[in-house]
Amino acid sequence: MYALNYVKAKSLKDAAAILARNPEAKLLAGGMTLIPTLKQRLARPTHVVDIAGLPELRGIAVKAGKLVVGAGSKHHDLATSSVVRKAIPALAGLAAEIGDPQVRNRGTIGGSLANNDPAADYPAAVLGLGATVVTTKRSIAADGFFQGLFATALEAGEVVVRVEFPLPKRAAYMKFPHPASGYAMTGVFVAQTAGGVRVAVTGAGPGVFRWTAAEAALAKSFKAAALEGVKLDSSGFNNDIHADREYRANLVRVMAKRALEKLSGKK
Amino acid sequence: MAKVTIKVNGKNQTRTVEDRMLLVDFLRDELRLTGTHIGCDTSQCGCCTVHVDGRAVKSCSMLAAQANGANVVTIEGMAKGKTLHPIQRAFSECHGLQCGFCTPGMIMATAGLLKDNPNPTDAEIYKGLEGNLCRCTGYINIVKAVKMSAKLLRGKRH
Repeated sequence: MYALNYVKAKSLKDAAAILARNPEAKLLAGGMTLIPTLKQRLARPTHVVDIAGLPELRGIAVKAGKLVVGAGSKHHDLATSSVVRKAIPALAGLAAEIGDPQVRNRGTIGGSLANNDPAADYPAAVLGLGATVVTTKRSIAADGFFQGLFATALEAGEVVVRVEFPLPKRAAYMKFPHPASGYAMTGVFVAQTAGGVRVAVTGAGPGVFRWTAAEAALAKSFKAAALEGVKLDSSGFNNDIHADREYRANLVRVMAKRALEKLSGKK
Repeated sequence: MAKVTIKVNGKNQTRTVEDRMLLVDFLRDELRLTGTHIGCDTSQCGCCTVHVDGRAVKSCSMLAAQANGANVVTIEGMAKGKTLHPIQRAFSECHGLQCGFCTPGMIMATAGLLKDNPNPTDAEIYKGLEGNLCRCTGYINIVKAVKMSAKLLRGKRH
């Protein structure tokens, strides 16, 4: 790791001020991506600004028909929260399958969203549920938040504060985890929401995306069989030693079907 | 430089360290607690697992400065004098190790798992130890050791 300055922010305002003074500073929450990246010398920030544990980023509650999750909530918190398990069990289940226990004990939802790894799980839930990412500056709808490979709508100095998930009628997430890393080779989040059916896919392409053709098909018939033959453009899919793009395209369909089967099994 | 005070195995330890120092290096180089191992450089192997404020974490994936004010327990904090911790005893009796390099991390991860789930199934043990690698392929006996640990900790013996 290159030399850097560690600064513990006293508040979000304090963090914003430190970021404004130091354009090459990086925010540090759980550090489950940033610390390994620093160890590999793949990043060279002048400062890391620790925002883990800030009271402003805490809390999980249902308010006005939405599940509100503080950005500092750890994966373990979401996985085990009785509030999340009751409000959106698919989200709790998704959190329980991220990485390994040690990662879930440190990593945060805000950090994962800000990083927007193309194979991360949370982006699928946030996009699939049509959630809103609330930052220190504004509210950003999921549809505008994710902008491809490690890119988001976040501006310099903007910090994710919380995520507001509208409660779906029902939702399920299924993923094919990479056997070594646990990252999604492909993960599909299917939700029946007040605004219609949403299908979000992670791991397959350079960033999370909605499979709109599947949404249209499922709006007519909310069954696994409805996905037979539904068009899926895989031309931009990831193509690597772990899975080629055709295989990933097949996984998208299989995971989507499994998500629907999970829902029909439970009712 | 960062001045950090970390409670390690019940004792406050204050040092002034480089901001970039990892917690695992703090434990090994500053405190000479070399039971916490470094098995990889990629946050994958889990050999460096310790407990920070009661939760199992990889000490190679956090800065010492991030642990400032925290309560850390390492493998050295498990035994009571000459009496092994029940999980240590179970790993010894079940031969849940071959070369032993991964063992401190396995034991700390097991302690974390059993705190959340005192009576795990085989599948739950596999999942609970997902963050720890044994390169001797000794998982069968590790799983046995976790089961025996669970029994011992629940106050039962066989």
